[in-house]
Amino acid sequence: MANAGVNCAAGERMSFPGGDAQARDDARETADAVARRSYGKLVAFLAARTREVAAAEDALSEAFATALADWPAKGCPANPEGWLLTVARRKVIDMHRGRRRHEIAAEQLRVLAEGLDAAAAKAEIPDQRLALMFACAHPAIEAGIRAPLILQVVLGLDAKRIASAFLTSPEAMGKRLVRAKDKIRLAGIPFRIPGREELPARLDTVLDAIYAAFAEGWIDAAGTDMARRDLAEEAIFVCRLVTELLPTAPEALGLLALMLYAEARRHARRNLRGEYVPLAEQDRALWDSQMIVEAEALLQRASDLGSIGRYQLEGALQSAHVHRCRTGHANWAEVVQLYDALLALSGSPVVAINRSLAIAEMHGARAALDALQEVAADARLADYQPYWAARAELLAKTGAHDEARQAYEIAIGLERDPSVRRFLQQRQSALPS
Amino acid sequence: MQYLLMLYAEEAGWNRLTKAEQEKGVAAYKAYTEALSKAGVLKGSNRLQPSSAATTVRVANGKPQVLDGPYVESKEQIGGYYLIDVADLDAAISWASRCPGASHGVVEVRPSWQMPA
Repeated sequence: MANAGVNCAAGERMSFPGGDAQARDDARETADAVARRSYGKLVAFLAARTREVAAAEDALSEAFATALADWPAKGCPANPEGWLLTVARRKVIDMHRGRRRHEIAAEQLRVLAEGLDAAAAKAEIPDQRLALMFACAHPAIEAGIRAPLILQVVLGLDAKRIASAFLTSPEAMGKRLVRAKDKIRLAGIPFRIPGREELPARLDTVLDAIYAAFAEGWIDAAGTDMARRDLAEEAIFVCRLVTELLPTAPEALGLLALMLYAEARRHARRNLRGEYVPLAEQDRALWDSQMIVEAEALLQRASDLGSIGRYQLEGALQSAHVHRCRTGHANWAEVVQLYDALLALSGSPVVAINRSLAIAEMHGARAALDALQEVAADARLADYQPYWAARAELLAKTGAHDEARQAYEIAIGLERDPSVRRFLQQRQSALPS
Repeated sequence: MQYLLMLYAEEAGWNRLTKAEQEKGVAAYKAYTEALSKAGVLKGSNRLQPSSAATTVRVANGKPQVLDGPYVESKEQIGGYYLIDVADLDAAISWASRCPGASHGVVEVRPSWQMPA
């Protein structure tokens, strides 16, 4: 992620005719570091008053480009963040001046300039990234674009990179991002952290967007697709930011824990030949134990806050899986119980599938198939690969090999990850004919 | 910012209500209008006659074409509006959700065009 802001900001202008190579490298490094640390903070600050996200981004891109031209020659400023803000602020005001010429506009401009000046003069720029995220994940913004929008405005990822991670064309992604930013401005979506009553529901939309980004990145567990692997890391970065800015929100802690558990096992999910390895067969030495320790601590912190939710339950499930694999102590009753709670909360057929697999471990495949039957009528499952894979697995265990073969066939047809597809094909061909 | 709250509802619904229910409905709108007015955000409002009273007009080849009926034929039609002036979309949504129309129909919240100052 390190150079995200600069890459998208300066694009191809990052060449330095002449100049000292070392100075160029230093300037680039400083700009990269500032981009990583401050891109979203600067966008949030510039856009908070005007709600003009696109204008803030444009101004900041120009500021980064100016920095990359100036810093190698004149040296990096002592306060690079403040420097960038000052330049970007001037660009924002120029843009306004270009568009609005009336008296009232002049007055608005003066207020705007004073506010931005005061901030640039201070060493610390107030962090309004959370308010920016709440604007991006506002219920009035189309649900599917919230995750890409947050990634773009908080981290500075460009539409091309986001599009490749979300499997759409850069043009389509670019258009949807522009439309969403227009909506923020035209509809008057506020940049603020919702009040206590609204907060849990509104935070859910932010967390869901972050998790959607993570899930997109997670699909490519082998990490062969850079855009996708990075996306999981970005999601963790953004969620960490939310937990820092909102330390007493249990669900944010739960989501961060959940993602860290999953990320900790990334390298164990594929073997050296790039084949999919199911949880029970993973080499635990490949798990990142530091991430797991952090995740455990986060879950504890969340539970101390005394308000349960979806992400905490999912995190707790991950914790139970890790515990079982490490100790060999079967804890399926606890797992089923957690799924029960999750199912009651979400009513999701996906949860019901996982619950049935846990039931299989406790009471056998027949009981699991009965449990699965309860959700089989849900139309959403018809093209959901894990449902068919689970069904196939359970049918195979009960000896219904023909039905299992058919279910595997559907699962294979629905899977887009080649290594998972190969895994399912192996399972299918291992069935006695 | 100014927002237009457009109240859409199934037109036949009103006539299916009993007299007492209709009176209750009118009272709810009256109270809501009063609340908007007291909060100092109300810029204008009207209840509209049903879409059977609507006429559409367009000029084609320099000649006005006049047609009976609303622009969009649909079971749900706009039955009234409120124009309010509030700080942002959240405030507008908060007012819209308190509107009686949101409980028996749908309220569309549209920001008004802001002239560049």
